Amino acid sequence: MIENLDLSLVNWSRAQFALTAMYHWIFVPLTLGLAYIMAFMETMYYKTGDEHWKRTTKFWQTLFGVNFAIGVATGLILEFEFGTNWSNYSWFVGDIFGAPLAIEGIMAFFMESTFIAVMFFGWNKVSKKFHLISTWLVALGANLSALWILVANAWMQYPAGMHFNPDTARNEMVNFWEVLFSPVAINKFLHTITSGYVLAAIFVIGVSAWFLIKKREIKMAKHSIIIAATFGLLSSLFLAFTGDGSAYQVAQKQPMKLAAMEGLYKGQEGAGLVAIGALTPGKEYDDNKEPFIFKIEIPKMLSLLGYRSTDAFVPGINDIVEGGYAYTDANGEPQIALSAEQKMARGKIAIQALADYTAASDEGNSEMMEYHKAILQENFAYFGYGYLNNPKSIIPNVPLTFYSFRVMVALGFLFIGFFALILFMALKNRIRQYNWLLWISVLMVPLAYIASQAGWIVAEVGRQPWVIQDILPTVAAVSRIDAGAVQVTFILFAVIFTALLIAEVSIMIKQIKIGPK
Amino acid sequence: MIDTTYIFLQHYWWFIVSLLGALLVFLLFVQGGQTLIYTLGKTNDERTMLINSLGRKWEYTFTTLVTFGGAFFASFPLFYSTSFGGAYWVWMAILFCFIIQAISYEYRSKPNNVLGKRTFETFLFINGLVGTILLGTAVATFFTGSMFSVDKMNLTNLSNPIISSWETPWHGLEAALNLHNLSLGLAVFFLARVLALQYFINMVDDISISTRARKQMWFNAIPFVVLFLVFAIWLMLRDGFAVNPDTSMVYMEPYKYFKNLIEMPALLVMLLLGVVLVLFGIYKSMLTGSIKGVWYTGIGTVATVLALLLVAGYNNTAYYPSTFDLQSSLTIFNSSSSKFTLTVMSYVSIMVPFVVAYIWYAWKSINNKKIDAEEMQNESHKY
Ligand code: HDD
Ligand code: HEM
Ligand code: HEM
Repeated sequence: MIENLDLSLVNWSRAQFALTAMYHWIFVPLTLGLAYIMAFMETMYYKTGDEHWKRTTKFWQTLFGVNFAIGVATGLILEFEFGTNWSNYSWFVGDIFGAPLAIEGIMAFFMESTFIAVMFFGWNKVSKKFHLISTWLVALGANLSALWILVANAWMQYPAGMHFNPDTARNEMVNFWEVLFSPVAINKFLHTITSGYVLAAIFVIGVSAWFLIKKREIKMAKHSIIIAATFGLLSSLFLAFTGDGSAYQVAQKQPMKLAAMEGLYKGQEGAGLVAIGALTPGKEYDDNKEPFIFKIEIPKMLSLLGYRSTDAFVPGINDIVEGGYAYTDANGEPQIALSAEQKMARGKIAIQALADYTAASDEGNSEMMEYHKAILQENFAYFGYGYLNNPKSIIPNVPLTFYSFRVMVALGFLFIGFFALILFMALKNRIRQYNWLLWISVLMVPLAYIASQAGWIVAEVGRQPWVIQDILPTVAAVSRIDAGAVQVTFILFAVIFTALLIAEVSIMIKQIKIGPK
Repeated sequence: MIDTTYIFLQHYWWFIVSLLGALLVFLLFVQGGQTLIYTLGKTNDERTMLINSLGRKWEYTFTTLVTFGGAFFASFPLFYSTSFGGAYWVWMAILFCFIIQAISYEYRSKPNNVLGKRTFETFLFINGLVGTILLGTAVATFFTGSMFSVDKMNLTNLSNPIISSWETPWHGLEAALNLHNLSLGLAVFFLARVLALQYFINMVDDISISTRARKQMWFNAIPFVVLFLVFAIWLMLRDGFAVNPDTSMVYMEPYKYFKNLIEMPALLVMLLLGVVLVLFGIYKSMLTGSIKGVWYTGIGTVATVLALLLVAGYNNTAYYPSTFDLQSSLTIFNSSSSKFTLTVMSYVSIMVPFVVAYIWYAWKSINNKKIDAEEMQNESHKY
């Protein structure tokens, strides 16, 4: 069925999108968190009038500026890539998806860019108070832009507040608040921005620790560490909490993603959570290999986390492909799961009904229109399955999802301990006695970036093959261009972003070495 | 049944998108300025002043571009999917021009920037040259058309569910070979330079720079006026893409754009007023010692571009026409979002005056001083 569609086109488009998104995400979390840390430092300056705080604030602001510029460059590409590479998607869900992007531009980006200008150029020109407010507004603006884009992303994982209009052949928004306040959106927003705070806190601690190792800027470094470690500890606790909230939402709305995150092939009641484990390489869902080479499980934990009950049944990959298990749907009704084959059949019925509806509409036969519309509505929940032709294609990449999830969660708990330790040592004024601790702080910085990227891999790879869960698979979302064209732009992006990243890191390191002025 | 609210909203959103487009063209003075740094700045200090005066504004141009894209997506998603996915190469080229701009200001003069100062200045130059010409060319296709087809029912074709396709392998590059498109592209390029010169005259307090800028006006204003007249007269004379309001059929109509102006006299007035203001501003900067020329030319530019874009979409005209299959052409009716979404977005648009107000206020408070050599010495955040 989809054999006509160029699979390499789809894969190159995915690769290009993943590349740009992951580059964007290198810079965004630091912006999100550092903005608050700076604003807090400037507040100290405002309150005490101590030039030391001004110097400290300005130092972190310089690093902020270097990071910000490249975040903007990568973001622009992402926005337009929805059109250039996911053109079908842009029509099919643009009615809902476009709005948050536009609101983001109007509300958040202008706010950010205006007050960034005041923040950088206003030091000697505006009052201290206005300057302080501007710095806080930069932080607010950055977080608002995260809000809108994450609402958009959450909606793709859990399409709420919309219906399908057969006359225009697209999904249309019917309830803005359901889109904005969907539980997935709330969790995603909170978890993601706090992950940015954690990353920024670790960044500030790492850079400050380097100053302590070099025995420079002791006062600034110590103050920065206390502020960042406090901010980081609070954020990381909240991060674990919202991470649990995210996992709960995944269990409810994207059971296949949960199964992949856990490497769970055969579902069970009272399922355990794999704390540490290694997957059997090359395991396919329908062979009889053991899924794990070894694993250490926390009994019943997965059922508890996913369904808030120790005995709940957690479906595995095989169950979801084969169907037949009982579950409770979004309306609280008990249901028996369909198999992937059945869903594919119903998806094809829905797509056919759309074709028949249109034919009837062209003939002006309103009776037949009603008839086909009813069939369409009845089967619409499986619309996207109609484009698939192999039940196996509903399974995402299990090892990538599984290991990324482990990496993120393990690092998340490590960070909590790290912040607590650093804060304790800093408050006791003993942090300079332990050079190894300072070095560990420096080494934590790359780990924060890894955790952060891993989170998105879980979220985005785990939802494959869907761009819009159950409604639009990736294969049906692309633009009709040559795979070769995307290949060329992919390489160009890879080269240019890498060059810019190298320049950024080099400038950043130099600015750190120069230190505050 | 005619839903007048829906029709109103579609017009309203075409207005907003056009306004953003018009503001964007004005703000392209940043791009124009980037092509003039070495023409106007003979010493390092002079170049630093020029780059810093632009560097404090580039984010607005950029953010306006982003918001223009977002607003277009939200209000006319079929344009987004058809044009961006189809004219792939043009849009990608434009995007590349803007990626390399975004980092150049911040990184240009920073130590250890790996690529070197000159590379970042070259990036700025490319952005100013290629970015403006391609944007102008792309906008001209609103009048000249492109080769694409749209069939929403492709969704039900399991072997090929893609609804929009570009019917030439050039994927947008062909637009740059059309002379009428190119006349607008080049006109936008020279206009951006004219505006930049006027902006420098206004913002940079340095005698040798403003003398050179006034002289440069001649070399840019004249080509601009000539190219713009070529584009505008050609536009008035050519056949346009009209829509039959009863059947929604698209057909070619002689002098369509000229007729649109006659039938919508408000736009005609706006256009003429805009052109007069542009010329008056140019006169001010070229032949009088005034530093205010940028305001006249700037406001004139916004009015002119706004009028032209409204002419492309209002009065039963297809704003994104297909020369491959007339009936695939996009109109503000067949490509818009649902009534509900446009309504939600309209509430959001109420915030725009508020945004404009705080931008104005913030800039007033940090711009009370012109850029001069002394200021550059004291500035802590310098590009
Ligand atoms: C510093 C980075 C970081 C750290 C330490 C954690 N996370 Fe996370 N996580 C993210 C950064 C992140 C993220 C990048 O922000 C993601 C990607 C998409 C999203 O919604 O947030 C994410 C996604 C994400 C998802 C997938 C959501 C989805 O698919 O919609 C789950 C279930 C968790 N996280 C759970 C956790 C748990 C239980 C953690 C334990 C402390 C944890 N995360 C720590
Ligand atoms: C900035 C943080 C993000 C990162 C690091 C990220 C990462 C990824 C990755 C790795 C993929 C490829 C998955 C695969 O093909 O297997 C992907 C795909 C995708 N993501 Fe994201 N994502 C991010 C944010 C978003 C957001 C906010 C949206 C939507 C608003 C989004 C929409 C998509 C889409 C449309 C695809 C293409 C479908 C696909 O092939 O996977 N992403 N992303
Ligand atoms: C795939 C989806 C995404 C798109 C289309 C997108 C789009 C953009 C654009 C166009 C910009 C430049 C704005 C300007 O001109 O100032 C930008 C910057 C930014 N974006 Fe994204 N973005 C995406 C993902 C994300 C995510 C997931 C977050 C946060 C959770 C985020 C947060 C930000 C922030 C804070 C900025 C400010 C500049 C910076 O990067 O430091 N974006 N984004």
